[in-house]
Amino acid sequence: MSDEARAQREKPWVFRTYSGHSSAEASNALYRTNLAKGQTGLSIAFDLPTQTGYDSDHALARGEVGKVGVPIGHVEDMEMLFRGIPLGRMNTSMTINATAAWLLALYVAAAERQGVAASQLSGTTQNDIVKEYLSRGTYVFPPEPSIRLISDMIAFTLDAIPKWNPINICSYHLQEAGATPVQEIAFSFANAIAVLDAVRARSDFPADALPRVFGRISFFLNAGIRFVEETCKARAMTELWDRVGRERYGVADAELRRFRYGVQVNSLGLTEVQPENNVIRIVLEALGVTLSKGARCRALQLPAWNEALGLPRPWDQQWSLRIQQVLAYETDLLEYGDIFDGSPVIAAKVKELEDAAQAELDKVLAMGGAVAAVENAYMKQRLVESHTKRLRAIESGEQTVIGMNAFTEAEPSPLVTSGSSSVLKVDESAERDASLRLRAFRNKRSAADSKSALAGLRDAAKSGANIMPVSIRCAQAGVTTGEWSDALRSVFGEYRAPTGVVAREVRGADPQAEKIRARVRGLTARLGRPLKLLVGKPGLDGHSNGAEQIAVRARDLGMEVVYEGIRVTPAEIVQSARDEGVHVIGLSILSGSHGVLVLDVLGRLRDAGVRVPVVVGGIIPEDDAAQLRAAGVARVYTPKDFDLTRVLGEVVDVAEESAPA
Amino acid sequence: MTPKADLPSSSPPRAVAETPQAKAAALAVRLLARDRDAVAPALNLADDQRSGERTAARELLAALERKVLFAGAPRLGLTGAPGAGKSTLMDALVRVRRARGETVGIVAVDPSSRKSGGALLGDRVRVRSAANDPGVFFRSLAARDSLGGLSGAARAAVTIMAAVFDLVIVETVGVGQSEGDVADLVDTLVFVAQPAAGDTVQFLKAGVLELPDVIAVNKADLGALAERTARELESTLALGEKPDARWVPPVVLVSARDSTGIAALEDAIARHRAHLGASAALEARRRRGRDAWLREMLSRRYGSFGVEALGGDEALVARSAAAPDASGFALELALSTEIERALRGGRA
Repeated sequence: MSDEARAQREKPWVFRTYSGHSSAEASNALYRTNLAKGQTGLSIAFDLPTQTGYDSDHALARGEVGKVGVPIGHVEDMEMLFRGIPLGRMNTSMTINATAAWLLALYVAAAERQGVAASQLSGTTQNDIVKEYLSRGTYVFPPEPSIRLISDMIAFTLDAIPKWNPINICSYHLQEAGATPVQEIAFSFANAIAVLDAVRARSDFPADALPRVFGRISFFLNAGIRFVEETCKARAMTELWDRVGRERYGVADAELRRFRYGVQVNSLGLTEVQPENNVIRIVLEALGVTLSKGARCRALQLPAWNEALGLPRPWDQQWSLRIQQVLAYETDLLEYGDIFDGSPVIAAKVKELEDAAQAELDKVLAMGGAVAAVENAYMKQRLVESHTKRLRAIESGEQTVIGMNAFTEAEPSPLVTSGSSSVLKVDESAERDASLRLRAFRNKRSAADSKSALAGLRDAAKSGANIMPVSIRCAQAGVTTGEWSDALRSVFGEYRAPTGVVAREVRGADPQAEKIRARVRGLTARLGRPLKLLVGKPGLDGHSNGAEQIAVRARDLGMEVVYEGIRVTPAEIVQSARDEGVHVIGLSILSGSHGVLVLDVLGRLRDAGVRVPVVVGGIIPEDDAAQLRAAGVARVYTPKDFDLTRVLGEVVDVAEESAPA
Repeated sequence: MTPKADLPSSSPPRAVAETPQAKAAALAVRLLARDRDAVAPALNLADDQRSGERTAARELLAALERKVLFAGAPRLGLTGAPGAGKSTLMDALVRVRRARGETVGIVAVDPSSRKSGGALLGDRVRVRSAANDPGVFFRSLAARDSLGGLSGAARAAVTIMAAVFDLVIVETVGVGQSEGDVADLVDTLVFVAQPAAGDTVQFLKAGVLELPDVIAVNKADLGALAERTARELESTLALGEKPDARWVPPVVLVSARDSTGIAALEDAIARHRAHLGASAALEARRRRGRDAWLREMLSRRYGSFGVEALGGDEALVARSAAAPDASGFALELALSTEIERALRGGRA
């Protein structure tokens, strides 16, 4: 490398790893190690109770504490999480949505305890509720108050924490839910417009501040394996966002119209079979959002090679960090201007995406915008359809996935020969420890202070006063995550989003499916009525894409499917199974809490005398799968079982086995 | 975990063989004693198309209907286009009834796929009041091949639930042909309308405005649009033909989202109920529903040829009129036997 080129090298994007588990203490140790290895920013994964506003000792938190992230119940947990990490100099991204205002309040209070003023903090709260309704499922409140909380945070941070990105509009989860690039662009922009319009409509908001707000809106993108198209997608979004700023919001300053985004590359395409190939996929996906200088990401986090198998260990995350470092520090990528400028091929693809996305965006705006298109299920149904098409293309071999539907002949992978020890095991004592710490904390805080802070919170929620100052007071007064959320639940109510499973049928000629339909019809004669299947998602995990695909496919195969949506308790599942008279129960759990929840369902079925076989799908390591089968689960499915028609064929087997002769 | 013999599900032990008749008789006793735990097995039996089970189920239903044809729980229907907010509104109504200490049975009917015969039954998601409350019983039904949009099983489900619960609610999707069916199944039919310009014209075209007893314009939180829709509906109803000259369907503004207007809707339902009781119209209405169902079942099963074998449509009307207090299920059983005998005789 010449000295000149070295001198001109771009500063690399921020390197992050999405992480957190078990406890604030264990996660703090992990963060410090990651920073020592050359990570330049933090990306906090919270556990599901924290994301959905429950304390670690709440009934719904059972089995979920410390599983997919760190439990943060109060200001001391937050303080512990960043012990030894100077918050004035850290860039922290928090994947937090329904309870974002609360976690930011805790962050501000924890920084204060470090002697750092709020104005010094920089980072991001994800805070994108629309995609929670569409894909990720950790929403709590109805759309209207949820958008209000977001707009409160935007208004508050604008002057109080000027370097904070109060919202990160996510197209990431839309792709995970099956979105095409066009849908990703259109739906995420509709979402951003809903938020900006809400801010513009605030009575307490000076009109001349809108350009600055526009400049604080950032995005969170996904990057799939079609990395040329992904490059074009990022370029199209850059151009379209500039247009939205200019035309819809009259933002004159070009700098404020810059499309700023962070990325987590695709997890949807990672395979459980031949998992070593995932590293190659991750590298190529990273190229899609880094190659084009004019549309390069600001921050990047890469998944680990073994995500489809279970939770990654520190070494797995380190490997992904090294990918970023090699790309940024060893290659010559950062020495050039935009290498695609002037390419007619790229320009044509960008134009095609822009035009189609603009048309779809106009359609959503015409029906009243993103919130209306959540409530009438338009966007959700389109996503479920796209996902169905994608799965069918993989099943039919039309879309090649190496190791899964092509080139399946392979040597055993030395990466996984050690079985379940190739993933992280969360210490099962995390839940008990968190509950004990929480109780000790409640006992030592001033009950009067926390009570009066909560009263202030409820008043603000009712009166429409900004939620942030009262939330920070709550954080300082020792209010807990569950208490803050309950106070708002009591004012705003809770919400259930449409499931999208009424999606239109997407069918091609499929002889295997026809065979199963014939078996379903045949079984009707033996059962006396059509095969009825209950699809349930116990626990707090809101990733409903898999359960929805199973429900839609089962319907297409001729079954009558009762779909219950997310966040149902084992008791509710048992009541539904009995009242609905189903023949088979299918449970989907992705958060790693399958042990506790499935055993709970089995025990309750037995107590209620309901003899219905249970099948389970999820990210379930083989050791756990064996335990579940031993406990009475009829079949266990993991991401390698991508052929849903085959899976449902086995559900028919299960129904036949338990049917009267 | 304890040994395998103890396991609940993977290979349940075969139940001791029990004849369908014995099962039906035991269930009838439990249902008439208002035993909630008997409802699910009774619904399973009523849906069973195997011939032994089918006959036993008819006998069970006939026994129940003798008690509830003119008595039992009030039957309330909720209908309207997909997305109109029926389920959310039902959730609000159920909460009101539960707060009063009433138990509620719900039958939710979803369309079946014409191609595959399968169905997605997703309404449970929206009716959270049914979760974890033994005072609410929720059963989803697929419409199957019934053209009217209501499954043949719906009447059986209503009969079973009317014996056990304090209120039965039937929820169906769609505008147009399916309302005909649900109107025959319930005492009070609530049509849930969405505020939208020009909607009224659509209702008129579909011919559904003659059927509902109460109209709920949902999403009153939309303000002016909802009010305009309500006014349009009111003026149209004042002009239109009504099956019952003494009852003008009230139009109520509700918001399932904000839980407003629920009391007004409850009040409209109660007034209709009082109207039916005072005019002795309830009996006539239930009898009409029974007869409509009977005709549909017989012609679906045996075709017009079968009805001809009884002596034609007029004869069928006369036969029902001659048995004003009989159970529809008992009539169906008797007339089916007669038709089959006639058809066999005709062939011989």
